[in-house]
Amino acid sequence: METQLKGVRTATPAAQTKTRPKKKSLNKFITISLFLAPAIIVYILYVLYPIFSTLLYSFYKWDGVGAGEFVGLQNYINLLSDNVFWTSLTNNTWVILTSIFVQIPLGLIMALMLLAPIRGIRLFSGIYFFPFLISTVAVGLLWVLMLDPLNGIINQIVSVFGFENVEWLSQSRTAMFAVLLVIVWQFSPFYMILFKAAIVGIPEELYEAAEIDGASAFTKFFRITLPLLMPTIVSSSILAIVGSLKAFDIFYVMTGGGPNHGTELLGTYMFKQAFVNFNMGYASAIAFVMFFLAMIVTIIIQALDYYRKKKGAYV
Amino acid sequence: MNVAIKKVPLYVIALILLVFTGYPFLYMISTSLKSRTEFFEKPYSLFSSFTLENFKSVFEMGLSRYFINSILVSVIAVFAVMLIAALASYPLSRMKFKLNRVVFLLFIAGMMLPIHATLIPVFKLSQTMGLYDTIWALLGPYIAFSLPISIFILTQFMQEIPASLEEAAKIDGCNHFGIFWRVILPMLTPALMTVLIYNFIHLWNEFIFALVLISSPENMTLPLGLQDFKGEFSVNIPGLMAALTLASLPILVVYIFSQEKVVKGLAGGAVKE
Repeated sequence: METQLKGVRTATPAAQTKTRPKKKSLNKFITISLFLAPAIIVYILYVLYPIFSTLLYSFYKWDGVGAGEFVGLQNYINLLSDNVFWTSLTNNTWVILTSIFVQIPLGLIMALMLLAPIRGIRLFSGIYFFPFLISTVAVGLLWVLMLDPLNGIINQIVSVFGFENVEWLSQSRTAMFAVLLVIVWQFSPFYMILFKAAIVGIPEELYEAAEIDGASAFTKFFRITLPLLMPTIVSSSILAIVGSLKAFDIFYVMTGGGPNHGTELLGTYMFKQAFVNFNMGYASAIAFVMFFLAMIVTIIIQALDYYRKKKGAYV
Repeated sequence: MNVAIKKVPLYVIALILLVFTGYPFLYMISTSLKSRTEFFEKPYSLFSSFTLENFKSVFEMGLSRYFINSILVSVIAVFAVMLIAALASYPLSRMKFKLNRVVFLLFIAGMMLPIHATLIPVFKLSQTMGLYDTIWALLGPYIAFSLPISIFILTQFMQEIPASLEEAAKIDGCNHFGIFWRVILPMLTPALMTVLIYNFIHLWNEFIFALVLISSPENMTLPLGLQDFKGEFSVNIPGLMAALTLASLPILVVYIFSQEKVVKGLAGGAVKE
């Protein structure tokens, strides 16, 4: 993501001729507005105005119909003493940690395999990418069946190790573990693609030089590949953090946040408060916290990026 | 000989990954081809008898309705996004004006945004506009949330187009709209393909807006319809697997025929050329 904001250099068309500057600048203003208008209108209507609205709603006690009652910061104060809110926040943190410490390394391993000198890897790589293509709802339903206590293949596998009839999705801990496993399954291929592109971009001469110096494959990986992949690892981590804050679909489909809020996330909790309990004001407060966290993460990343560039560091 | 032995661990890892990523699909397709009795007798084995009965029953239960809705919404939204984002990207990447950077950053920041922060107001908005519980309610949010990544991809690409082409068109008396249509847009095809693939797959699979904005079964898109099927198919697992297979089929087919393009498209702005 940090590469993304690197910047739009506005291409400067040759200096404008100075004749009739006023009319010209008015014309230019109209032209620019016309080009931007459709995008800006849709964006304001469905993105900017709703965020502002959500902030406003969060100061009300409101069931979604009629007028709400202004309660100031009460919703936020209630959040602080709401156990489910803290459970959700913890679970979101687990998703972030799993993404960074399991998904990204696995993605890197998969990318290295794609470039390994073995037969049939082209076919393999096609299949490695499958999980990322299909809808999260389909992924969720498929895995719920595979995790089924009686007929599921997963229990068939773990029974080899002496575990019988594990009810994966009926206990908080195993449910969380199971959903995290599915997340790893679904999103590792995405990081695989990012890493593959980055590895392909590493100049071949570096490896040739290392070879002449008699470096082992191991040394080459830790001295050349890994350091040069740092920018990709950083930007993948950013994508993982932001993506994990937004997580919703897979949890909603597989556990619905249950059992007993054991796998609740900010996203699922907000959804329940808004569209099951019709606590729209309270739900708005949760939603705004999600927005706020995403913004904080973005700002920190941008600031770090800025200072790093200022120092002139490569990574 | 020595080299061959060295490669054994590589093959082992590659195969483990293959089973991990591929087995669930094999299970899904194989189960969808089994009869219900066969599934109960041997849930793990490959299908031995072959039946299309499940696919038939899935269509009888209305899967085709979900298909049509999904195709309508994703196709219309994707083409609208391509046009709107291309228009907006032109001044953002090729013209100098005061608020350029601010407007650009405002759009790009949308990529970081949790959809939940807009959910309740968008829900209210759809009711106010009388669109609630129609597939048209999805168009607005789908287009709006596809704009950030699309504008990001297109502006990056447009910056690379040499200014000299534009100058030549200007001398020939083209105004900005002429330049956009005749010079820029035709050169934009590869980037537009990326935008198309990325957004189509994401919108085809989109779930949360559909969950909030649609309630009647006849207006549901595929992901929502599948979730709805879950209850009705709790005893008919081969049927559910047939529905999942059918829903995944369009994208898997596109992927098989143009793997490179889809991979590049899905990596979207994250991978630079």
